[in-house]
Amino acid sequence: MDTIQAILNSMLREAISPQTAAVAIAAIGLNVHFGFTGLLNIGQSGFMLLGAYGFAISIGHGLPLIVGVLLGFAAALVFALVLGAPTLKLRGDYLAIVTISAAEIIRYVGRSALLTDFTGAAQGLQGVSYRTPFTNLSFFGDGDSTLSPFNIYDIAGGAVWVRLVGWIALAACIAGIVLLVKAGRARPTVARRASRDAGGRLTPAAGTESRADLGADARQVTAVSAPVRRTGIGVLVALSVFLLFFLMPTSYQDTGVSGWWVRFVAWLLVAVCLLVVYLLVRSPWGRLLRGIREDEDAIRSLGKNVFAIKMQALIIGGLFGALGGMLYVLPASVQPDSMGRSLTFFCYTALLLGGAATIFGPVLGAVIFYAARIMIKGVANAYIPDSIMNGQQTEQFSFIVVGVALMLIVIFRPQGILGNKRELRFNV
Amino acid sequence: MWRAPPPGPLDCRAAPAGCVEEVPLKSRPTVREIGGEGGALRGVAGAVVLLLLAPLMLLATAPPAGAVGTLCLPSATTACIAGTVRSDAGVVPNVKLTVTDPSGTAQEVVTGDDGRWNVQVSKEGAYKVALQEDTLPDNVAVSGANEVTVQAKFNATAPALIPVRTSTYVSSTSKVDELIQSSASGLRLGLLLALASIGLSLIYGTTGLSNFAHAEQVTLGGILGYFVVNVHGLNLWLGGLLVIVLCGFTGWFQDRVMWQPLRRRGLGLTQLMIVTIGLSLAMQYTFQYTVGARTVRVVQDNPTVRTIGPITLTNQSFVAMGISIVVIAAVGFALLRTRIGRATRAVSDNPALAAASGIDVDRVIRLVWTVAMALAGLSGLLYALVTNGIKWDSGLQILLLLFAAVTLGGLGTAFGALVGSLIIGLVVELSPVLGMPGDFKYATALLILILLLLVRPQGLLGRPERVG
Amino acid sequence: MSESTVARSDLADPATRQALMAGVDATPGSAKPDSILVVDNIVRQFGGMTAVDVSHLEVQRGIITALIGPNGAGKTTFFNLITGFDKPSSAKTGAHWSFDGATLDKTSASSVAKAGMVRTFQLTKALSRMTVMDNMMLGAQGQAGENLLKCVFKPLWSGQERAIEEKAKELLQRFKLLEKKDDYAGSLSGGQRKLLEMARALMSDPKMIMLDEPMAGVNPALTQSLLGHIQSLRDDGTTVLFVEHDMHVVRHISDWVAVMAEGRLVAEGPADTVMSDTAVIDAYLGAHHDTDLGDDALLSDQAMVEIQQEVAAEEAEREEEA
Repeated sequence: MDTIQAILNSMLREAISPQTAAVAIAAIGLNVHFGFTGLLNIGQSGFMLLGAYGFAISIGHGLPLIVGVLLGFAAALVFALVLGAPTLKLRGDYLAIVTISAAEIIRYVGRSALLTDFTGAAQGLQGVSYRTPFTNLSFFGDGDSTLSPFNIYDIAGGAVWVRLVGWIALAACIAGIVLLVKAGRARPTVARRASRDAGGRLTPAAGTESRADLGADARQVTAVSAPVRRTGIGVLVALSVFLLFFLMPTSYQDTGVSGWWVRFVAWLLVAVCLLVVYLLVRSPWGRLLRGIREDEDAIRSLGKNVFAIKMQALIIGGLFGALGGMLYVLPASVQPDSMGRSLTFFCYTALLLGGAATIFGPVLGAVIFYAARIMIKGVANAYIPDSIMNGQQTEQFSFIVVGVALMLIVIFRPQGILGNKRELRFNV
Repeated sequence: MWRAPPPGPLDCRAAPAGCVEEVPLKSRPTVREIGGEGGALRGVAGAVVLLLLAPLMLLATAPPAGAVGTLCLPSATTACIAGTVRSDAGVVPNVKLTVTDPSGTAQEVVTGDDGRWNVQVSKEGAYKVALQEDTLPDNVAVSGANEVTVQAKFNATAPALIPVRTSTYVSSTSKVDELIQSSASGLRLGLLLALASIGLSLIYGTTGLSNFAHAEQVTLGGILGYFVVNVHGLNLWLGGLLVIVLCGFTGWFQDRVMWQPLRRRGLGLTQLMIVTIGLSLAMQYTFQYTVGARTVRVVQDNPTVRTIGPITLTNQSFVAMGISIVVIAAVGFALLRTRIGRATRAVSDNPALAAASGIDVDRVIRLVWTVAMALAGLSGLLYALVTNGIKWDSGLQILLLLFAAVTLGGLGTAFGALVGSLIIGLVVELSPVLGMPGDFKYATALLILILLLLVRPQGLLGRPERVG
Repeated sequence: MSESTVARSDLADPATRQALMAGVDATPGSAKPDSILVVDNIVRQFGGMTAVDVSHLEVQRGIITALIGPNGAGKTTFFNLITGFDKPSSAKTGAHWSFDGATLDKTSASSVAKAGMVRTFQLTKALSRMTVMDNMMLGAQGQAGENLLKCVFKPLWSGQERAIEEKAKELLQRFKLLEKKDDYAGSLSGGQRKLLEMARALMSDPKMIMLDEPMAGVNPALTQSLLGHIQSLRDDGTTVLFVEHDMHVVRHISDWVAVMAEGRLVAEGPADTVMSDTAVIDAYLGAHHDTDLGDDALLSDQAMVEIQQEVAAEEAEREEEA
């Protein structure tokens, strides 16, 4: 029981870690590239690394925080321009090869001993050299805090029945969320076997769902209206989060190197990015992206400048990646070798798991990805004896599972958890 | 004799990721035979080896480099200066160095048994590091200046490199000789790449799939070679044959169990590509799971070196090159002259038309997968022999070179893959000789790829179809 | 019925059209009284083969022009070349376009469309995984919401978006696709997709619309409907250029016909004249083009005897040669 509790605790800690948030943001960027526009960018880690370098090097040289952030963005912007200019006119495969090569080149350059003064070569840049301006901004103070302060130990000292009740409540909340999300799936109607009545109007064939309004917008075929549904989901999510922290109180320093402050900022930024993506995607520009993903030639024949739009998408996604990179290195250090190809693959796994071309998919995918990996490691460590699988091997085993999971997701459920199946049979 | 690389920019302090002793349990240094036989040391070849075997720490939680068992740890108030004294023959212990701070105060330090030394200083600034030459052994001398100036900074370790050489080291190699040697190494690398990239190109041509797991198939050849020959002691030739057959089988198996059903299902190319990415990840970590993170060798004893004119390569290199040429020629002959070869080219050109002409496309594709993986396995085995070691992530570097080669030559053409591989191999090996800093060897190849795509996206031998 | 206030052009009257085209020379590359599109020296070579070699072509404004010719004549390639989907080999050596008086300097596909020349595709490019409505909305040009900087602020484009939506609904109504507006375009039948593509092309109020084999794969009933739509396009003042194989369609609605063969323009003229040119007929339309091959009455006993005689003669010839 305790092992399970411990594993769950570590899953929760991992789920809210700033690293997870960073990958969530990078996956949001990748979603703009791949999910919405169909650009096969396998070099997202290059954007992240450039953002991290730009940020860390500028601050390390004494520039203010905001300038550091802007320089990180600028680096990603230039990278996107350089990558996109030759390849966006070519087939998708070429962009894949060029982005993966370019990300490697960035890593080589960062690792190279020639630029040790700037980049710290393979050792990278120590976190402390750039973290201070950020931690100085913290208004959280210098203590330790526990989330949530009112937790399971406050009720009957954390007895088993309290836990049981708590977990059941949590399960109920999650079930509720799942039901509400499913209920609200907008299902544009497919041409059903409808018949025409005497007046030439369409009537639904017997046995099909009745439409709310014949001939009008038949999007909502549910009993629950959208605003009610959305508030319901919001309430249940908030309740679930509270229950999670209630059942598994987590302590961190308030500010420190990797405390509540960086987590707060990281997840706040995730929310901001989600908002930005939502605004972009529901606009006509977002519609253009989806059109380009469908068929570039058709969009061209309608008079749109496809190259410019693809470049814009590449840049926007790259900026998100740079932001993710900055967050990734804030609590740790800039290490070119830890931001290589595998990181891009993790972003893809997170994106595809959560659901490409959805708003919340990347975030959900990132959280589940990291939590699941910790769970696999924890379970393997706890229950498989060392003779079969020692500590290092569990780490490697968890990566093997990631690789296999990616394959399975793409084969059997390419739309991920939140995605729309019909929209996502992607063919390049 | 296989020589250890000279101390280059990849001295441990500067690039601890290149020095495998750094992090315990992650990897072990390879046992490279060290000896001073005559013949010029080709720094280039050595740097290739080092780069190819550099473990790429992909674990996200990799701690910043540090603990080597040395005493100096930089902090907010202290800086470190460190280095290793190493000659072409190996590390040099018990050498004294003098470190002088900006104000003139000097301290002395002695290299340990591993040739390393370090000092901790409490002031930032320019420090002079001088090697006391009388403390060097008789046959070792400083090969340039015996003194170097470094900048010490808090929170960092500044590397100080003073190159030394054994007296038998002949550095006066003419540029032409260096070029010839590098070309030979380049040719060798190119041939090995060609073995793998022909398969990659044919898979692309017949199925449209860019196989990101191809490099792991190459690594598989090396790793299986390790198991079969090194661990189980089978004869090299027999074992090699077995490895090739096993790898071919994995190709057959993959197509049978995965690719053909997925093709029938109508899965898009992008999805298939992502499946190969997942497969590549799973394979890499399976390798690491079974073999560990260290470099393993196929053949335990050390290779002998043969010199032909200005070219010095191991015997194994020559044999490998010979085998590659023979196999590539055989594949070429098969593609040109045999019926199944022509059918393969037809499918590669236009699957629908080929199917309409009565060619069994599925059978051709199955054959392509089998042969491609067998070739990749052979390439991996030869690679492991030639570079005297293979690692779980050797594929990472190879993959990009493979793609560069295939794209350069023209996606989908086998002969293009051959031409592209040779060019990439030569570029990688010749660029350091022609002035590119050693770190950027691979970057050069990739850069050439990107530039080529600007000018001629269909590659050198590809058909100028509309790629847009 | 469309409520648009596009005035019916004078050319809606068949007599006016005939009078206009009567004065035009029936030679390939002839000048037209009021050309909307003039192309010069369009050459396209693939390897050693010349696919298209048109030295001069003018398209008259406001009428329906048909481009016909046997398979492999280069019609679709020519189409692609003048709409910017392909680059002529003569691009640097004298290829010239002029549309509505202005020179189309950079004929990228999107600039051609922006200039007012919109095309459809032989294999319809309806964006199948987007809804019909989305397809239509994408057709409108000059949308403020498509600008990256403005798109984030809804008030900057919501008004225009509503107007575009109204227009789209009108067009969908006209093409009888309104009920399907929230369905995925991929769920439409082939013919409906053709209608959708046409409707989408009209969203930008083009001056000229180019249809690549609009009747390909369409059942006879829908063909009638499409013909009606094309004619009403012309009546509203849009110039139409279409590639077609079906001679009945061509004869039925085209005011002018241009014939291509082996990449070259070989004949031009009104439908009947072109088709009564014997050489053109034999080579491209087939010697029995007048005959309705579906007519069983043709298989009279006498015809059967004649056919048997012909067959016997041929076999005798073959045996002689063997």
